[in-house]
Amino acid sequence: MSDYILEMNGITKEFTGIKALDDVNFKVERGEIHCLIGENGAGKSTLMKVLSGVYPYGTYEGDIVYKGEVQRFNEINDSVKAGIAIIYQELALFPDLTVYENIFAGNEIRKGPFVDWNETIVQSAKMLEKVKLRVDPETLIKDLGVGKQQLVEIAKTLSKNVELLILDEPTAALNENDSENLLELLKELRSQGITCIMISHKLKEVISIADKATILRDGKTIVTLDAHKGEISESVIIKNMVGREIADIYPRRLDHQFGDTVLALNAWSAYDSQLGRHVVKNANIQLKQGEIIGIAGLMGSGRTELALSIFGNPKKYKIEGDMQVNGQNVQFKHTSDAIKSGIAYVTEDRKGNGLFLINDIKNNITAAHLKGISQSGVLNLNEEVKVGSEYRKSLHIKTSSLELAVGKLSGGNQQKVSLGKWLFTGPKILILDEPTRGIDVGAKFEIYTIMNELIKQGMSIIMISSELNEIIGMSDRIYVMAEGAITGELSRENTTQEAIMELATQ
Amino acid sequence: MSFFNEARFLIKTNIRDYGMYIALFVIMLTFSVMTDGLFMSSRNISNLLDSAGYIAVLAVGMTLIIVIRHIDLSVGFVAGFLGAVAAIFLTQMGLSVWLVIPIVLVFGIIIGLFNGFLVAKIGIPSFVATLAGMLIFRGALLNVTESTGTIIVNDDLFNALGNGFIPSLVEVNGLHLLSVLVGAVGIALYIYSEISTRRNKATYGFEVISLPIFIVKLVFVSFIIGYITWVLAGYNGFSWTVVIMLLVVVIYHFLSTKTVLGRNIYAVGSNPEAAHLSGINVTKITMIVFGSMGMLAALSGILFTARLQSATTTAGTLFELDAIAAAYVGGVSSAGGVGKVTGAIIGAIVMASLSSGMNLLGVGISYQYMIRGGVLAAAVIFDVMTRKQRG
Repeated sequence: MSDYILEMNGITKEFTGIKALDDVNFKVERGEIHCLIGENGAGKSTLMKVLSGVYPYGTYEGDIVYKGEVQRFNEINDSVKAGIAIIYQELALFPDLTVYENIFAGNEIRKGPFVDWNETIVQSAKMLEKVKLRVDPETLIKDLGVGKQQLVEIAKTLSKNVELLILDEPTAALNENDSENLLELLKELRSQGITCIMISHKLKEVISIADKATILRDGKTIVTLDAHKGEISESVIIKNMVGREIADIYPRRLDHQFGDTVLALNAWSAYDSQLGRHVVKNANIQLKQGEIIGIAGLMGSGRTELALSIFGNPKKYKIEGDMQVNGQNVQFKHTSDAIKSGIAYVTEDRKGNGLFLINDIKNNITAAHLKGISQSGVLNLNEEVKVGSEYRKSLHIKTSSLELAVGKLSGGNQQKVSLGKWLFTGPKILILDEPTRGIDVGAKFEIYTIMNELIKQGMSIIMISSELNEIIGMSDRIYVMAEGAITGELSRENTTQEAIMELATQ
Repeated sequence: MSFFNEARFLIKTNIRDYGMYIALFVIMLTFSVMTDGLFMSSRNISNLLDSAGYIAVLAVGMTLIIVIRHIDLSVGFVAGFLGAVAAIFLTQMGLSVWLVIPIVLVFGIIIGLFNGFLVAKIGIPSFVATLAGMLIFRGALLNVTESTGTIIVNDDLFNALGNGFIPSLVEVNGLHLLSVLVGAVGIALYIYSEISTRRNKATYGFEVISLPIFIVKLVFVSFIIGYITWVLAGYNGFSWTVVIMLLVVVIYHFLSTKTVLGRNIYAVGSNPEAAHLSGINVTKITMIVFGSMGMLAALSGILFTARLQSATTTAGTLFELDAIAAAYVGGVSSAGGVGKVTGAIIGAIVMASLSSGMNLLGVGISYQYMIRGGVLAAAVIFDVMTRKQRG
C-alpha cells in the first residue's frame, strides 16, 4: 500500500457561483516530487491556498488528510506548524536585511527575551550549507541574484522543520543555470525525505524531476501520471492540459518580404548612474518592417534595460549613440515621445509596472492612449466601453465583465489586457518583454498567433525572451546579449539552443 | 431581475459609495430626533453648510493628493497665510476684491507648485516637504500679522463670500425665489444629464439599469435636491459659500471623472511606474495636483477670512487634519488610485454635522473630539471591510 503524506479528497471551492475547484482529488506520497500542472486558471494556486489555510476550513468542501489525520487549518500558521511550507513565485524576503536575519525572520532563536544573533548566524550557515549556497550569512538580500534569493527562501523554510514543501513556479525567474541548481537541490531534499509539490509551466523541468505529475484543467483533476511507469512525456502532458493536441506550438507564418528598416540603433550605450556601470554597451541593432527579432540572453544581461533605453528612457540612463526610427534620428525625452513615434513596450512585470491592477479592464486598455477616446481632453466613456469590448473579442480576453479589476484576472488574460493596451496606441514597433512568462501553453499559442497576425499587418516586433525554444520558434533574426553587450546575431535558419547559450555565456 | 432584487444587487455592489450617504442620513436623522427637529431647521442647516465650506474645498484637493499617494500638511497655514494676505491687500493696500481674489488664488497655485516641485522633481517625501511648508507658513502668517494683530476686513463684498447669500429677488411665502429657481434648475439639469447619459448608452447598445429603478433614482435624488433647496430657501437661501462649494465640486467631479487629466491622476495613483511606462508624465501630474491643492488652500483662506470678517494670527490651525479626516471619511484610500471628489464633500459635511449636532445637544468639547475621532476610525474600518469583501 502506498504511504500518502497528503490526501486531498473531493475538494470543491466556489467563488460567488464560479467553481474554481470542482471535486479535486490530489494524493502525494511521502518523499516524492509531485508536479502540479495546469493552464492558468486551472485551479493550481487555489488548491494550494486551500491546503495552506489561506482559505480556512469551512470555506471549501472536502477533506484534507495530512499524515493520516483530517486537518482543519484556519490560517496559514496552522499549516506551517504541521510542517507544510509554500514558497510563492514572488519571494517574501526582506531586501534590506541580511541573509541570516531573513532565514530566521518570524522564527527567531531566543536567549531569554532577547534574540541570540550569534547562534542565529551559526544556524543559518548550516541551513545555507543544506541548500548548497555559498554566501556570507551577513550579506544583504538585495545584493544577491534572484537564484540565490530563492535558495535563501528554501533555507528559511528548512529552518522550520518542513516535511511538505510546495514551490509555486520556482524557476520562473531563474536562468537556466540557476534552474538546474535548484532542481538538483530538490532531488537532494528528496533524498533527505522531504516531500515536494512543485507547480510549474516548464514541461522540461517536470520531465526531468517529477516522480508524479497531476494535471488540473478547469478546476478538475484530469490525471495523475507516474514517471516510474514511463507515463510522463511532453506530448501527454500538453494533451491533458489543453484537452487537445498541439502539433506545433509555434504557428508557422508564410515567408514574406520585409520592408524598410524601421528602427536602427548605432553604437548605442546606456549608463546607469545608480549602479555605476553600463547596462547596455555599444549595441548595433536593425529592425525591418514586418520582422520579428528576438533578444536572447540570461537574466541580467541587459535585455530589459535595452528595451527601456529605447522606450523613452524612463530610468534616466545616460545614453550614447544614436537611434533612428523610420530613417529619422530621434531622441526621446519621455516615454510619451516614444509612444508618439509608434513604439510600444509590453513590460516583463505585468503586475509591477505593466497594469493598473485595481482599475478595470477597459480602463487599462485605454490608459496609454486616452486621446483615442477623448475630444479636447474630455473622455467619451461609452467609446471606452466599445474599445474595451473590441479588444476583449479580438484578443479572447476571458472575463465576466469589462468592469472587472485587472488584478482578478489570470496571468494569461492579464497579459492579453497588457497587449491590448499597447495595440490601442497603434504602434509600428512593438517591444514584447517576456510575453509568455508565467502563462499556460494555450494562452502562449494565442499570443504567438496574435504576433504573427500583427506582423502581417505591417508591424515590427522585438521579442525579449528567456525561453530559447520560443526565441528560435518565433524570431526571424536573433540578437544574443551578455553583460550589456550584443555578443552575436543569428538567423532563424541556422540556430540551435546550444549556439545561443554559447553566445549568452560569453 | 425583479425590482427588489435589482435594488438589492445595486446596493450590494455599490455599498462603499452609498455607505457614507447612508451614514450622513443616519447622523442627520439621529440629531433631528434628539434635538426635536432643531437640527434640520433652515437656519441650522444653512450655518452647518457654511461652516463646512472652507474645509470642504480643502478636502476636495486633499482627496486628489491622497489619490496620488501623497499628503499635504501645509494647506492649513497656507490657507491662514493667504487669508491674511487677502486681508492686507484689501485693507492696507486698498485693492479691489475683484483683483485680490485672483491674485491670492495665483499665490496659492505658486505655493502648491513649489510643494509639487519639491515632491516630484527633487524627490522629497511629501510628508516632510509639506511639514516644512506648514512650519514656514505658520511663521509667515505670524510675521504678516505681527505688527497689527487681527486684521479686521470691512469690505462687504469680500465678507459676503463667507456670510452673504445670493439675492432673493422676490420672497414668496417666506421662500427665496432665486434660491428656489436655482434648486429647480439644478433638478432639471440633473434629470436631463441622467436621461441623456442613459439614452447615449442605449444607442451604444450597453446595459442600463431597469426603468423602474432609474425612475426611483431620479425621483429620490431630485427630492433630496428639492428638500435641501426648500430648507435653505426658508432661511436666507443659498449662501455664497454653498454656491462656491457646489461649483468646486461640480468642476472637480467633472475633471476627475470625465477628462484625460482626471484619468491620468488616478492612473498615477494606482501604479506610478505603470503610468510612467504608459506615457503619462508623472512629474507633471504631481505638480498639477499640488498646484490645484494650493489654489484650493487659497480659496479656503479667502472663505475663512470672509467668514470671520478678519484675518487672525491662528487662522488655519488644524485645517489640514480636518481636511484629511474629511477625505478619509469620504472614502479615499491611502494605497492610492481610489477616492471620489463627491465623497470628500460628503465627508466634510458629515464632520460638520457631527460638530453642529453635538453643539446643539450641548456635548462637551472633550467628548466631541473623541466622537469625531471614533467616526473617522469607523469610516476607515468600514472602507477596509467592504474592500476585503469585494477583493
